[in-house]
Amino acid sequence: MPKAKESSPVAMNRTAVERKSDRELVVTRTFDAPAHIVFEAWSKAELFQRWWVPKSAELSLLSCDMDVRTGGTYRLVFRHPMSDRPMAFFGTYREVIPNERIVWTNEESDEGAVTTVTFEENAGKTRVTFHELYPTEAALDEALAGSAEGLPEQFAQLDELLAGRS
Amino acid sequence: MQIPRARLTVNHMVHYQARLDSTFAALADVTRRGVLEQLGGSDASISDLAQRFHMTLTGMKKHVSVLEQAGLVTTEKVGRVRTCRLGRRRLEEEAAWIERHRQLWSARFDALDELVEHLNRKEKADAQSKRK
Repeated sequence: MPKAKESSPVAMNRTAVERKSDRELVVTRTFDAPAHIVFEAWSKAELFQRWWVPKSAELSLLSCDMDVRTGGTYRLVFRHPMSDRPMAFFGTYREVIPNERIVWTNEESDEGAVTTVTFEENAGKTRVTFHELYPTEAALDEALAGSAEGLPEQFAQLDELLAGRS
Repeated sequence: MQIPRARLTVNHMVHYQARLDSTFAALADVTRRGVLEQLGGSDASISDLAQRFHMTLTGMKKHVSVLEQAGLVTTEKVGRVRTCRLGRRRLEEEAAWIERHRQLWSARFDALDELVEHLNRKEKADAQSKRK
């Protein structure tokens, strides 16, 4: 087994993002581990909170409750330095098939997405497909606005990149 | 489950998003994507484009007008000929939209990758020690 961090091919670590339609966002990536391990990292709260919030986002996760089974619920509470009040994100797991698939809703607004994440194992590696379906085009656009604001320094990097190109 | 949004959204982002909507609508048509590809190679007049895509002048004018409204194409009339060229800045905004999402997800998935690698190693080590 090659060491994943140093010698895995670039393609393997590629995070691919596609706006599949006006209302759909699809993100894919392959991980060098069997599906049950990736599923575990996604479905256990103590593991999930170690990777879901990017370090650069300046957000702190105050609490993370997840009951990952069909009909179960989740609730994440964040604090952002620019906001006085904590923000809660919550919803329901519509379908959970261990090591294969998780489908959940976002219920903190009417414009919440339905998210489906699938885990496909092949030769010891797992391809993860994260698919978000928003009720409207505007809702997907707005979700972007929020996530981009979560990453101010990445905005800055991007601006630099674009400035260099034009 | 996503990064907090909405409450922090600033005005100019809203305008930016509205422009993006028209861009994605413009890109949803196969002929218009073909026109963009063509213009990526060289500027062309509307009648050139109509000929290349086997369309009437009126039909092509409509497509070009959608692309123009979306800011993907700019046109300029010199004498009797209207020349079309790529509107470069808007294409960069398209790329930027995807890039912002990619930044977020790369950060997340890099962290997940590290965690998964750690769990995988741990499981293998546990399995080995059991076998002994």
